[in-house]
Amino acid sequence: MSLFKYAAPSTFYPLAGKLVPWFGTLAFLLCALGLYLGLFVAPEDFQQGEVYRIIFVHVPTAWIAMFIYLVMAGYAVLSLIYQTRLSAMMIEALAPTGAMFTVLALWTGALWGKPTWGTYWVWDARMTSTLILLFLYVGYIALINAIEDKRRADKAGALLVLVGSVNVPIIYFSVKWWNTLHQGASISVSQGNKMATAMLLAMLIMALACWMYAIAVSLCRVRAIILTREKNAAWVAGINEIKGLK
Amino acid sequence: MTDQTLNQPERGFIVACQRDLKLAMRSRGETLQALVFFVIVVSLFPIAIGPEAVILKRVAPGVMWVCALLAVLLTLPRLFQQDYADGTLDQLALSRYPLPFIVGGKMMAHWLTTGFPLALLAPAIGLQYGLEARELVVLSAGLLLGTPVLTMLGAMGAALTLGVRGGAMLMALLVLPLYIPVLIFGTGAVESTMAGLDAAANLYLLAALNLFGIVSTPFAVAAATKISLD
Amino acid sequence: MSFTTLALSAKVITLKRGERDLFVDLSFSVNAGEVLVLRGANGVGKTSLLRVIAGLTVPDSGKLELNDAILKPLSELSRNHIHYVGHANQLKDDLTAEENLADALAVDAVATSIETRLDALNQVGLLKQRHVLGKRLSQGQKRRIGIAILLLNQKPIWLLDEPTNALDDAAVTLMCSVVDSHLARGGLCVIATHLSLALHKPTRELLMRELMAAR
Repeated sequence: MSLFKYAAPSTFYPLAGKLVPWFGTLAFLLCALGLYLGLFVAPEDFQQGEVYRIIFVHVPTAWIAMFIYLVMAGYAVLSLIYQTRLSAMMIEALAPTGAMFTVLALWTGALWGKPTWGTYWVWDARMTSTLILLFLYVGYIALINAIEDKRRADKAGALLVLVGSVNVPIIYFSVKWWNTLHQGASISVSQGNKMATAMLLAMLIMALACWMYAIAVSLCRVRAIILTREKNAAWVAGINEIKGLK
Repeated sequence: MTDQTLNQPERGFIVACQRDLKLAMRSRGETLQALVFFVIVVSLFPIAIGPEAVILKRVAPGVMWVCALLAVLLTLPRLFQQDYADGTLDQLALSRYPLPFIVGGKMMAHWLTTGFPLALLAPAIGLQYGLEARELVVLSAGLLLGTPVLTMLGAMGAALTLGVRGGAMLMALLVLPLYIPVLIFGTGAVESTMAGLDAAANLYLLAALNLFGIVSTPFAVAAATKISLD
Repeated sequence: MSFTTLALSAKVITLKRGERDLFVDLSFSVNAGEVLVLRGANGVGKTSLLRVIAGLTVPDSGKLELNDAILKPLSELSRNHIHYVGHANQLKDDLTAEENLADALAVDAVATSIETRLDALNQVGLLKQRHVLGKRLSQGQKRRIGIAILLLNQKPIWLLDEPTNALDDAAVTLMCSVVDSHLARGGLCVIATHLSLALHKPTRELLMRELMAAR
């Protein structure tokens, strides 16, 4: 299959190098547009005032944090079934970005919570599951760093992500269940369903920007991972950047 | 004789379970330690937060479940670590019996020596917290349904971290987030009983997790074991 | 009892460990009644090769074949034919010699009577120690239990990693005669050792050399 051609690190490395600037530029432009729409165009919320505008960062980062874990699970399936080394490297490259977005989502959630509810942390269903998602990311990163043999680390990491992704819906459901049981404070993002079109648009554009950023950064990172792993391979010695070093 | 047994892969489950039970009986002290740990830690809470009956009763389900969870966690290295070190795990992986059945048997033996006695012991300890008969029954039932899930998910973490530096702590890191649903439904069952509601929904959910674990984790744990032996 | 005619072959097997190539494009074949002896200095990958044949380690490329059927790692075909004895003694400290033997066979789906097991222990000279716990046995005695397991395990392909380690002369002779009779009934062996074994059967040798990382 022609797609598998790009599963070889030696073909993917230059391809990734060409794609990075495009995704990087897209991320920057979309982010600028999204922030402009969110901060200047979208109307002020009549209940929360200007403070609500943090959701233009909070919600997209939370979406992408969850989405990246799903993408990692997809690569985990590829890695375990087709034994493609690149898939495992992609998981490794995506994980730090996923963890970063999770932290951002939690942090902006806290910053939003303080003026809105008077407390930085609310044990509501969404915040709690995001926190657990962060634990899953941290667990994966800790596991692959603890295992010295890269082959084993790849496979173990992929299996862990797969098991984690099966558990994510269960965890999410159980946390919601727990939340209704305890009648905790609940953050409703949309403040009813009459969200202005500009708000929704800004949020979607910001989510796209985060997505493009995630792609650009993880492609960069996977290039570094490929080079580290394959430093003795003949094709690496032939790369122009490397030649310049020697 | 060999061919007969081969047609019954489920014999692998029984054989592995018997083997691990025998080994657990030989090191009874180690097996009992988890129970003693549970009793001690549960007893630490009243000392730490004061003996007011109302508060104790309020925190009882959470304390009991978190302690049970930690007690199970501490015993998890026992599942594979010794077999890995003395080479018998190679033997088990190369056995004519399929590995999922064998690890299934090992998980069963682990539960019979940790979760099961914990579930029986918990009501006695629950008395310290002023729980009433009905609540104690629900606590015990929840532990009976929930601790197998702790064993199954834990086996996964134990197999993945075999022979890894700082494996025990790492395993806790991997496994504890996955334990959250069990914790929620387990404590939920006792709390709804305390609120005069029906605990059935929570118990059913625990049973569902249990069934899902039984059909899926033996394969995942077998895969993890193979990865660690590679 | 004898085995159906078997031939085990490895086709261009490559295994990498970290950045090091342990072996590249390694091929060999062993037929029924033959033994392949792996030789080479420490660290050239003899144990790794045995683990690859056993199916415990998955090679980076290449394949194993058993009578033209592909031997997938830890597949049913593989598990039904291969017995592997590694560095570790594969014994439990808390079980007696006899229990260790019984358990090792039971987890491998071999049903044995107590008489058969005692007979095997007698053959390896451990009848008197049958009630001694694994942790109280000497290293040599532990290896002898391994020989008793070999006597009863009924698998045609044996992979032995330094089987003569810690054995006295008498036990080495015993080991060789056990291997010989296994070969005589159509079994085959792959043995990693640095000693020359006094075997009566044809011996193939595979000299493994240290490979430099591919540049």
